[in-house]
Amino acid sequence: MNILVCISKAPDTTSKIAFTNNSTQFDENGVQYIVNPYDEWYALVRALELKETIGGNVTIVTVGTAADESIIRKALAIGADEAVRIDADPKDAYFVAMQISSYAKAKGFDLVMTGKETINYNGSQVGGMIAEAMDLPFVSLATKLDVNGTKLTLEREIVGGVQVVEVSTPAVVSCAKGMAEQRIPNMRGIMAARTKPLTVIPAEAVADLSSYVSYIMPNAKSSVKMIDPSNMDELVALLHNEAKVI
Amino acid sequence: MVLVYINSTTGLSKAALETVTYGKKLSGGVTVITNGSASNEQLAQLGEYGASKVLVDRSVDGEDPQQLARLIAAVADQVAASTVIFSHDIYGKAVAPRLSVRMNAGLIAGAIAVPEADGSVKVNVFSGKAVGFVKVASAKQIISLLPNSIQPEKTGSACSVEETNGLAGTSAIKVLETKKPEGSIPLPEAELVVSAGRGLKGPENWGMIEELATALGAATACSRPVADIGWRPHHEHVGQTGVAIRPNLYIAVGISGAIQHLAGVNGSKVIVVVNTDKEAPFFKAADYGVVGDAFEVVPRLVEAVKRFKATQH
Repeated sequence: MNILVCISKAPDTTSKIAFTNNSTQFDENGVQYIVNPYDEWYALVRALELKETIGGNVTIVTVGTAADESIIRKALAIGADEAVRIDADPKDAYFVAMQISSYAKAKGFDLVMTGKETINYNGSQVGGMIAEAMDLPFVSLATKLDVNGTKLTLEREIVGGVQVVEVSTPAVVSCAKGMAEQRIPNMRGIMAARTKPLTVIPAEAVADLSSYVSYIMPNAKSSVKMIDPSNMDELVALLHNEAKVI
Repeated sequence: MVLVYINSTTGLSKAALETVTYGKKLSGGVTVITNGSASNEQLAQLGEYGASKVLVDRSVDGEDPQQLARLIAAVADQVAASTVIFSHDIYGKAVAPRLSVRMNAGLIAGAIAVPEADGSVKVNVFSGKAVGFVKVASAKQIISLLPNSIQPEKTGSACSVEETNGLAGTSAIKVLETKKPEGSIPLPEAELVVSAGRGLKGPENWGMIEELATALGAATACSRPVADIGWRPHHEHVGQTGVAIRPNLYIAVGISGAIQHLAGVNGSKVIVVVNTDKEAPFFKAADYGVVGDAFEVVPRLVEAVKRFKATQH
């Protein structure tokens, strides 16, 4: 099975979130980038597990600049066979999806996998956009994926439950918790990653459909009001009269 | 004209009423497109929230986002919609991106408010640690509204409901099985949530959490470690890797408040934290805090809630 896994960079979860340039840009100063956890833990690791059981090839693709090659090497160290970097500094999910779909159309992948969303912009957009651009079926927020020939059996989250669905390849799947467990790359993987093929291709001219015009930090919580543990009637009264939530 | 997509397979959800209300705030003319089995009487009620017309395709089960994108794009053309609105739930996340490409319309994913004067819309970014203002560059736009960001408002009266079909094509996704736990309130829709973590010491101690949830009419949730060791089902796990929720009230019992947990709950309007450790980081994100033993505090809180509820009738 020939699988394409889309990865994105994301700031480490402990990064300080701040903005610069009159609050119009994310302040990258001192920020450590990692592979977006949903792309790495769920999409990439499940792709590798499938390759290990049924054979095939796992390619990773990212739309990014040369500075992003460290996250590409990390994904290769975990076990991907080869990598493609589409050379651009993307600002818009649509731009990213157009670049990836345009590359993937020509390659005949059986399966395109993404994480459920990135942990920085949380849009959950790229997978569905790739599917539409390639005119392929899309299963979103899948928590389980099994392959039987050209049939995929998936579990996905629905409101208040889980659904089991079947779809034929080729297809696009976005992956959520449950799909696989995180894999830590070993020394052999890290060494091998250095020599695995990394192809850089130029981006196509695509106009962004959306942009972030500015950012603000949410209002800081006013300090917590402490309640005497023996007086829960007071807490209930506050929730009713002051907070007005019950 | 604004077009609103709602999924009505299980009746009219609060998220559906929120999206119709949101559409009404953007435009005088709101058409709703839906699929599924809600009755015409139920669908006509959407007029009370601002819909001028409801179109329903009963042949579509709503499980294939490709089919829905075809249907919604065709209807958007018919009614000359310049804005299409979804709920940013599992359906919105699956269909809105497809529709964005199909209509060449910018997508504002996870809106938390109506558009600003300059047309930009607030969305949560960095897992709720910041807010961004997104603007589209295209003539048409798609907005998916984060559930529980605005309250449904009744402004009108019942509207007409018309059947439509033949626009969606065939489904590529076959549903083999649907598993839904009986009777419980789905977490993403719950307005009140009671959640507990490792501080409870074992799954056998969840009785009082369930009792508190029942007394309040709340849903139950848990922290990641508790789901990972199997004390509670995975669908109850809230946090960065689990479900992100934004209820009106989130009560956290015996949860220290790791940054990954906060990322899933920091959209809650009011947070109550109960913890034995007065240094627990969660208190910094809380509105009300109780330092005390959960095994003493929670039963007292259950009784206090019951006394309060008794005065409300």
